[in-house]
Amino acid sequence: MTQTQPKTWDVAVVGAGMAGMAASLFAAERGLSCLQIGNGGGLLFASGLLDLLAVHPVAGRRLWDNPFEALAMLRRDQPDHPLARVDDATMRAAFQSFTTALGAAGMPYAPPGDRNANVLTSLGTAKPTYGVPRTMSAGVGALAGRPPCLLLDFRGLREFSARQIVATIGDRWPGLRMARVEFPGAETTAELYAAHMAVALESGDFRERTIARVRPLLGDAHAVGFPAVLGLARSGAVHAAFEEALGVPVFEIPTMPTSVPGLRLNSALEQAVVTRGVHRMLRANVTSAAFDGTAVLTLDGVPGGETVSARTVVLATGRFTGRGLTAGQQRVTESLLGLPVQQPASRAAWHSRDFLDPAGHAVNRAGLATDDEFRPLESDGRPAWPGLFAVGSILAGQDWMREKCGAGLALGTARLAVDRIARQLGVPGPLAEAG
Amino acid sequence: METQVLIIGGGATGTALARDLALRGVDCVLVERDDINAGASGRNHGLLHSGARYVSNDHEAAVECRTEGEILKRVAFRSIQDTGGYFVAVAGDDEKYVADFPGHCQRSGIQAKVIDVAEAREREPAISEHAIAVYEVPDASVDPFRLSLESMAQARSLGARLMRRTRVVGFDRVGSRIVGVRVRDTVTGAEQRIEAAQVVNAAGAWAREVALLAGAPVEMLYSKGTLLITHGRMAQHVINRLRKPGNADILMPGGTVSVLGTTSVRVDSLEDIHPTVDEVDLIIDEASPMLPGLRSMRFIRAYAGVRPLLGSPAGADGRNVSRGFALYDHEDQGLSNFVTLTGGKLTTCRLMAERAADFVCGRLGVSSPCLTAVEVIPAAPECEWTVPGRAPREWMRAHGLDDPMLCECEMVSGSVVDLLYASLRSAGDMPTLTDIGLRSRVGKGACQGAFCAIRTVAHLYQRGDFQARRGLDEITDFFRERWRGQHAVLWGEQLAQAELMEALNCGLFGEELRGVAGFDALRAAASGEGTP
Repeated sequence: MTQTQPKTWDVAVVGAGMAGMAASLFAAERGLSCLQIGNGGGLLFASGLLDLLAVHPVAGRRLWDNPFEALAMLRRDQPDHPLARVDDATMRAAFQSFTTALGAAGMPYAPPGDRNANVLTSLGTAKPTYGVPRTMSAGVGALAGRPPCLLLDFRGLREFSARQIVATIGDRWPGLRMARVEFPGAETTAELYAAHMAVALESGDFRERTIARVRPLLGDAHAVGFPAVLGLARSGAVHAAFEEALGVPVFEIPTMPTSVPGLRLNSALEQAVVTRGVHRMLRANVTSAAFDGTAVLTLDGVPGGETVSARTVVLATGRFTGRGLTAGQQRVTESLLGLPVQQPASRAAWHSRDFLDPAGHAVNRAGLATDDEFRPLESDGRPAWPGLFAVGSILAGQDWMREKCGAGLALGTARLAVDRIARQLGVPGPLAEAG
Repeated sequence: METQVLIIGGGATGTALARDLALRGVDCVLVERDDINAGASGRNHGLLHSGARYVSNDHEAAVECRTEGEILKRVAFRSIQDTGGYFVAVAGDDEKYVADFPGHCQRSGIQAKVIDVAEAREREPAISEHAIAVYEVPDASVDPFRLSLESMAQARSLGARLMRRTRVVGFDRVGSRIVGVRVRDTVTGAEQRIEAAQVVNAAGAWAREVALLAGAPVEMLYSKGTLLITHGRMAQHVINRLRKPGNADILMPGGTVSVLGTTSVRVDSLEDIHPTVDEVDLIIDEASPMLPGLRSMRFIRAYAGVRPLLGSPAGADGRNVSRGFALYDHEDQGLSNFVTLTGGKLTTCRLMAERAADFVCGRLGVSSPCLTAVEVIPAAPECEWTVPGRAPREWMRAHGLDDPMLCECEMVSGSVVDLLYASLRSAGDMPTLTDIGLRSRVGKGACQGAFCAIRTVAHLYQRGDFQARRGLDEITDFFRERWRGQHAVLWGEQLAQAELMEALNCGLFGEELRGVAGFDALRAAASGEGTP
């Protein structure tokens, strides 16, 4: 699809992490002209798993099987939590559109339902999550039913030991076995990198040689688990080829960042937004913004310097790692526009002395306070500008790492903000939901 | 178990004493409730004092530091980097103190050479443009871990025994003699009794508790000192503030980083010692006039140690050997084979050990002389890995297929971890991830273990060294321990680093949910129970 670049965009999205990608995708699906500005790398630390909400309240460490029941409880307990402002229908629509778009871009997900799933990690813990890539979904069933299974690893992939997982949970999963194989062509290499392995396994030759090494080890295994290296851009095909050749379900186990599923997610989302006509300016930084009837953003990193104008702006710049928030020695500030940041009274209150404090760390709940439409508020309690929205982890009042709600926060808030933008711009009601 | 001398405490003093006694042919056992240098010996600047710090207010201490520094530079040269030190005064500092300094140094026999301020700033650009006077002195840096580990390794090679994670729980006393010391393995809980002719209490800040257990109370005061570790090395020399000793006076070079400190806060309890946000801010404020770059510096960690300060034994005079440290014989409390060795500095640990060994040997009727000032501490392969840059050099030289790089910040490979693990195992220990961290650079780089701790655990499982759920416990313990030193310096880049660490450990692995019914999905699946 091509389109002429409008002089004034309907939406300018600042940020290329999960929330920025979701906002761009949803805006484009609405037929809004969308410019996405980002400096890249926002998804490199993603695991590929899409959490909605699994823990509430954090201090009570209460786990929920049904994320929508958890959302209902959250709305009752913490009405200022950003997710409390997202209704179930919006949340479901957000995940539906998002996973459908990812599937079309080569990263299929199991259809989202009403249940959280438990996914085995490389530490032998069971991570509660919601959206599970197809390449991992057989592992959810295997973990629940615990039939005889085989876990494979490759010598040289330093962060992943199948022996570690079996040692950690083997007493509760008696039929779980492990085996280590040499990665084809890497027999004289001390270190392997997951992304290189993933690309190599897209070649039929590497795949055949790997499968030939695994097949004799199958025994009574009902399913086989691998570290998440089964293909990069064509993981669907690689995964299917492994299942067909081995004759049993195959699942990937997420590894630590930078993970292959994170890279897949990044490229699938890029493809999804580009094919929907989003104009992207990567490696650009917004250096200043002026708001009047429209927003005028000044960029650097663009040859010759450039300003762009937009009717609405979505701030999806993330937290400290994403550079949306800046932590000085005493105060947290919003990096781009200097918006007021809701935060603890002093740095002494930012962190608990216990890393794993059940209550979490107060600084993780610092962020932008907004109205019900996710428009950030000035200190007088009024929206900073009628067309300025903030979505994702920059929002105050949430703790996505502890609540296991990172994707839910990104997708839900982006969806709702885009709905409000469409209404503000007079674009007729939501398009038919995909899928 | 029987021995001639039981040493309680495996810090700089206790390990130096084990070495001293072993070199004299005296059999000894050292019990340590945690690990080598777990207390103040591992939580200091790592400064080998020239003595210049003390010239103005404590001539004896200055002379002691000078002579001991010279000895350690010979016998413990592997642990020492002869960096040299600067004393720097800035505008506003006490000019009389500055004027008196060279004379005081001369009186204590310490070389202090005046350096042109512009030249000093050329050599050390971190020094403020407002510097008004600079002197060069023979300060040096010492790696306290390597020093203690090598001292203990030499002692063990001569027959001394080390029992880590072993806590003294009671003394059996008959009349004036301690006839048995009851100790407990803190991991297994197993108890045993050690019979020793002489018992030396070298428990540092915990010496008061130990003495009390022996029925021989000593008075001690505690002073907490906090230090900061910078991201990157700020200077090549030790940089001291040329003023009366006070807060945040010293910046030490330490491999790839610098260490800045310290503070002095009286504390009453040894429980839960950790650096605070206020202390961190105070250190930066105090040191910035001399080192303005600190205002924008990234700090990767802070740590706090407790200095035991001298008091007199309750009720009577003890035998006070030196102003810098004390050796109490407890005879006035009716004990004939128990001594407490306390106070002192890292720089004088060898001398403290010599005095204690002389005294104990006198009681034992052993006449062999002290050799620690002349015998060079031999190299030990398991003690070399605390030094930044050592592991990468070895790895570049030769590494096999089974030697993957586990820590990419500090370049620690699998073979180093294996060597340390094997050396600890050979002593009958169950090594932990934290033990390996103490003896290497694992977890000490900018990522503070976020990646290397997890890789190291995977490696240890793969080698068959870790079993069952131990790895998860170790990772949890390791990050909790690291965090105690991190939380007070988390702003700027380092906060982003901490966020990443939490995203990994909590967001992905869910470590904070361990033990929650329902998180253990295996159990939930088996019993059909799940969400409330």
